[in-house]
Amino acid sequence: MRRVVITGLGMVTPLGCGVEQNWAAIKAGKSGIRRIESIPVDDIACQIAGIIPRGDGTNGTFNPDHAMDPKDQRKVDDFIIFSMEAARQAVEDSGWQPTEYEDQARSGVLVGSGIGGINGIVEAGYTLRDKGPRRVSPFFIPGRLINLTAGYISIAHGYKGPNSSVVTACSTGSHAIGDAARLIANDEADVMIAGGAESPICRLSLAGFASMKALCFAFNDRPEQGSRPYDRDRDGFVMGEGAGIVVVEELEHAKKRGATIYGEIVGYGMSGDAYHITAPSEDGDGAYRCMKAALRHAKISPDEIGYVNAHGTSTMADGIEVGAVERLFGDAAKNLAMSSTKSMTGHLLGAAGAIEAIYTTLAVRDSILPPTINLDNPNVETPIDLVPHKAKEKKLRYALSNSFGFGGTNASLIVKAFEG
Amino acid sequence: MSEVAEKVKNIVIDHLGVDADKVVLEASFIEDLGADSLDTVELVMAFEEAFGVEIPDDAAETILTVGDAVKFLEKATA
Repeated sequence: MRRVVITGLGMVTPLGCGVEQNWAAIKAGKSGIRRIESIPVDDIACQIAGIIPRGDGTNGTFNPDHAMDPKDQRKVDDFIIFSMEAARQAVEDSGWQPTEYEDQARSGVLVGSGIGGINGIVEAGYTLRDKGPRRVSPFFIPGRLINLTAGYISIAHGYKGPNSSVVTACSTGSHAIGDAARLIANDEADVMIAGGAESPICRLSLAGFASMKALCFAFNDRPEQGSRPYDRDRDGFVMGEGAGIVVVEELEHAKKRGATIYGEIVGYGMSGDAYHITAPSEDGDGAYRCMKAALRHAKISPDEIGYVNAHGTSTMADGIEVGAVERLFGDAAKNLAMSSTKSMTGHLLGAAGAIEAIYTTLAVRDSILPPTINLDNPNVETPIDLVPHKAKEKKLRYALSNSFGFGGTNASLIVKAFEG
Repeated sequence: MSEVAEKVKNIVIDHLGVDADKVVLEASFIEDLGADSLDTVELVMAFEEAFGVEIPDDAAETILTVGDAVKFLEKATA
């Protein structure tokens, strides 16, 4: 089987624009959660979110003009702009910008989103109602469709191979990277741009998730403390915006051109809960089978995993995931570390799995465990080290990243330190 | 330049993100100003909105240059 390595990373998140910016913030245990100021939220129970710091592009701020021509930004929802920025970084980082026809044909894009252009759909709905069908922009459709992230990225970088998107709610980013790695392993491409993007901070999605009682309501006055997985006072997830993109590549292809290799994708597992539209089963069986499938693919035993980047959304499901991990790891759980970086970024939905795959890769590269911040009073009893408050060092060889989505859709990725 | 021409010019600059000196009467939206077919549909919509007129599809198909738009809109708003 062809081996697949990670050769490029790119991200824009509530912790900033750029991979090193993000990694420094993660290691410092910073929160990217703030009060929502860009839209009126006084009548919405949740008034906080993980918000990208916008600016001129310096000091880790996000300048959309670096990603896309302003006249094109107008035509699309933010999730596409975020994905273009993250892809720009990842492609630049990888150094793979194919110009030969054959190279372009073997380079593809697989980027998804959980919800896509929900804000643009709302706006166009108002236009239709107030001004009639002849005022709906010709860019309405192509600027909202989820697979247009992959479309725009392919046009910008000349990647003419497989072009597709994943839509699996909060598992999207992990599925996209896993599916892209599989395309390479199966010799259908040599290089893939893969990941997820989300721009959910609008009144409609806040209202929708708030109606489900899924969002955090109790920390509007203390946003930075709002996302607190495994903590007694956790009160629901905090939505976040952004994108994470990786360049994954066949090992020999990467070696031949002297690419920097961040890590190897050795395991990818998927499962379905077949239980409930939004809630995981109490016994965490879907998560258990998903991680088990990833271990089987990697041909390793649980005790070889040193770190799990948890799905951990700061909801009732946190403890269920912990239970599933304990069941799978057995005695090895006492040597395991597991943290939720969502405590710092919030929950980026369709982008979550992608940014967390990047954090997991950096954890393995640097042998650093990202912390779970705000974990003041754990409400789960476990032998697993949940890495409260502060990052710490731990020699890592394999790490696993979990993503679970509405609909009972699960994905686990296993990243191995690159050893040649 | 007429008031209509000035208004058309500003809409074109705004929508296509082009430099003002390129937006001359002879300039073709697609050939000279980098528009694609969807851009031209949106431009016509913007003209309709700004001038409060309706531009039927068969008329829209004949508006290929800045000058075409000015001519049509001067007539329609006269």
